[in-house]
Amino acid sequence: MSKILFLAAAACVALAAPAMAQDVAITNAKLVIGDGSAPVEGGTVVVRGGKVVAAGRGVAVPAGVQVVDAAGRYVTPGIFAGFTRMGIVEVDGVGVTNDAAAGSSPFNAALDVTPAVNPRATPIAINRADGVTRAVVAPDTSKGSIFAGQGAVIDTRSDLHAVARPRAFQFMEYGESGGRSAGGSRPAAIAMFRNAMLEARDYARNPASFADRGKDALLTRADAEALAAVVQGKVPLLVHVERASDILVLLQLKRETPGLKLVLVGVTEGWTVAKDIAAAGVPVLANALNDLPSSFEQLAATQSNIGRMQAAGVLVGIGTINDDEARQARLEKQFAGNLVALTRVPGATGLDWNAAFAAISSKPAEAMGMGDAFGSLRAGRAGDVVVWDGDPLEIGSMPVKLFVDGIEQPLTNRQTRLRDRYWKPEEGALPKAYQR
Amino acid sequence: MIRSFAMAAACVALTACGGSGGKPASASSTPSQKGPGLGKGYNHDPYPSTYRTYPGVPTLLTNVTILDGEGGRIDKGAVLFRDGKIVAIGQTLTADAGVTVIDGQGKYVTPGVIDIHSHLGDYPSPGVDALSDGNEATGPVTADVWAEHSVWPQDPGFSRALVNGGVTTLQILPGSANLFGGRSVVLKNVYARTMQGMKFPGAPYGLKMACGENPKRVYGSRGREPSTRMGNIAVDRQTWAKAAEYKRRWDKYEKDGGEAPGRDIAMDTLRGVLEGEIRVQNHCYRADEMANVLDMAKEFGYHVSAFHHAVEAYKIADLLKANNTCAAVWADWYGFKMESYDAVPENLAILEKEGACAMIHSDDANGIQRLNQEVAKARSSAIRGGFDVSEATAWKWLAINPAIALGIADKTGSLKAGKMADVVLWNGNPFSVYTRPEMVWVDGALLYDAKDPKRRPVSDFELGQPGEGDVK
Repeated sequence: MSKILFLAAAACVALAAPAMAQDVAITNAKLVIGDGSAPVEGGTVVVRGGKVVAAGRGVAVPAGVQVVDAAGRYVTPGIFAGFTRMGIVEVDGVGVTNDAAAGSSPFNAALDVTPAVNPRATPIAINRADGVTRAVVAPDTSKGSIFAGQGAVIDTRSDLHAVARPRAFQFMEYGESGGRSAGGSRPAAIAMFRNAMLEARDYARNPASFADRGKDALLTRADAEALAAVVQGKVPLLVHVERASDILVLLQLKRETPGLKLVLVGVTEGWTVAKDIAAAGVPVLANALNDLPSSFEQLAATQSNIGRMQAAGVLVGIGTINDDEARQARLEKQFAGNLVALTRVPGATGLDWNAAFAAISSKPAEAMGMGDAFGSLRAGRAGDVVVWDGDPLEIGSMPVKLFVDGIEQPLTNRQTRLRDRYWKPEEGALPKAYQR
Repeated sequence: MIRSFAMAAACVALTACGGSGGKPASASSTPSQKGPGLGKGYNHDPYPSTYRTYPGVPTLLTNVTILDGEGGRIDKGAVLFRDGKIVAIGQTLTADAGVTVIDGQGKYVTPGVIDIHSHLGDYPSPGVDALSDGNEATGPVTADVWAEHSVWPQDPGFSRALVNGGVTTLQILPGSANLFGGRSVVLKNVYARTMQGMKFPGAPYGLKMACGENPKRVYGSRGREPSTRMGNIAVDRQTWAKAAEYKRRWDKYEKDGGEAPGRDIAMDTLRGVLEGEIRVQNHCYRADEMANVLDMAKEFGYHVSAFHHAVEAYKIADLLKANNTCAAVWADWYGFKMESYDAVPENLAILEKEGACAMIHSDDANGIQRLNQEVAKARSSAIRGGFDVSEATAWKWLAINPAIALGIADKTGSLKAGKMADVVLWNGNPFSVYTRPEMVWVDGALLYDAKDPKRRPVSDFELGQPGEGDVK
């Protein structure tokens, strides 16, 4: 009941959104499309009705469209953060503000982050000020199940519209974490996965008969409904995995589960089985700079992981699982810059600048199957555009103008307000509390 | 148990006395029986450094941009080091025969990065329970533990800090579960078979203390004091009062002799703080709590060397300056706990602008690999705010300032003649994301060379594992 109501509300917001969009043309740009192509000087991007209609050199500015002169600055798509928990956590350590996991819930796969997303969560404004315009938002698992629930793709608009794509995927833990959640081992996780797929198929065949299934039933009806979308290939299944052998196990599961749309997350040892991942056509959302054997499933960790996977033909974007993902997606541009730095380190494999920018824009969107909607300035994509005061991958470069769905966004936040209050720390004529 | 400890202490005291030639401390009011002398009642260095410098070749780096670590800059300059020490830096230096000359056209040279806040070795990789030795969270006052006794010298993290971060010196601290977490240790970032083999010769010890949420949460959740911030300070004060009494008794004994007081290993450390021999490194986020600690330090007569994490240091930059207490901070961490809620990227900028002692720190096995980038972020925030911090000034945040807070500024932390040749040659401007260390020397020994896979350390743990010896 409440779910239906919520769906209706979300639909209303979605319909209302484009009406607020401005038509805008940004000219005289060092234009980065975000698809891996090189920046073009003197470029123009035109956004109408909330979407990009054209971008490139020699693009005409339609009459009646507001023009922003970028004065030669970098203009790029906004950062599409590949894996986060942004908007569902205010302060990680304050439990009541943290909706990432639900350890005491009887449900798992059914849990949907959509109602938890708070567009006014401070990390959204802070990340927006650093150029993040979209984010994949995943729930987190708890003991008892490998399935965390249904994630969403959000925008970082300052209005109360946040969820661009509700129930966009299911998230699952495998490896050390998934094995522990399933009961204590990787085999337990695999058994749970196979059984869940069987039950979800039963549900999909005939939802009405699912109510009474006897003692063998493990899935609740709501969980089965959520996983039916996975077995039917309606939504991708994102799986956190790190160890090479675990990756191969998941690729095998994909082969035995027709229709399963698998996306791998984390994937620290992916470079050692990159050809297998590429051959399976499975996209990856990888942490960029993991280079420590932080666990026994990450022994082969190296910052060259993404570069080597990309060189082997894997579709790979940057995500930030287990890396301050509720707050620091904004660091992805620094991570991407570091991958460029690797190209100058003998023996390392990095990304060239164009590929590095694509790894935080079009690539993660494509990995999610949303490359036609987000992540680049190709025609038809959302009007998520950032004008930067410098090379966006370089330390210290910041947006000077930022649009989401063609709507210009504020770049202030709590941190900028605190900075302004305390730029001179001593109290003046009145206490600091009066200084606004 | 306690009795046998006291016996052992007495033995040590006698040994120490003999070792120092048996000279009694001078005392104007000479008692009938003389003590061993102030500070000589027991051994203050029972786990001494066995660090040795590795052989190096006399080296001249020319044609480089030099940031000397204490605010100086030389463009197209030169650095000469030999026998483990900096010999000279200048605009032009000539190479004697036998000096290896490296032309660093377009590159930067800096002193090695110093991280004042690391848990490498006591929370190593892999992060399994069996190796997690950073918090003795069995009581709020564990000044008796020494982080060095948890340091696992095979932590793969040391190698990443060296080759990706240019870190040559780091302080390993106990965690922050406790009000008095225990002693820290300063290490040279050079692999050794033992902790002692990494120990920075002559570096003072630190005492890790913690304010705020962690101690009150850890112990409050067990239904014991402290469960509040006022409980934190209450337990702190009671402990300092006890330490003052311990110090009084030992001072008297060491001066006047008589029966040696009972040894208390925790109180040894606190006495060391009250003597000024051990430096207080205080985990503390909130401005108001730092102010309370500064008053407490005055009440009991000690000095806080640095507040670590110090997310709200910017709010009291003037107070920190007046107390000569440094702030060690992150560039942009925020919001992971309530007391980090008011973080701003301009923390270092405001501290520097107000003339307070400021520095970067990592507290993180990944962050320690990019402290130059963290400093670059903070500098950029300063400039954006209208306060122009030069590259040379910003480099103090990871060189001389942490060296000062650690009490090793006479030995390292800048490229000055006579100091340890802890040197990084960067393959470009280290304020750029596109720059990495190219060569790193510790005490003049070349311990990383990006072009030479043999100069890339591999810890025992990684030997025979996937990715052994890979570029990380």
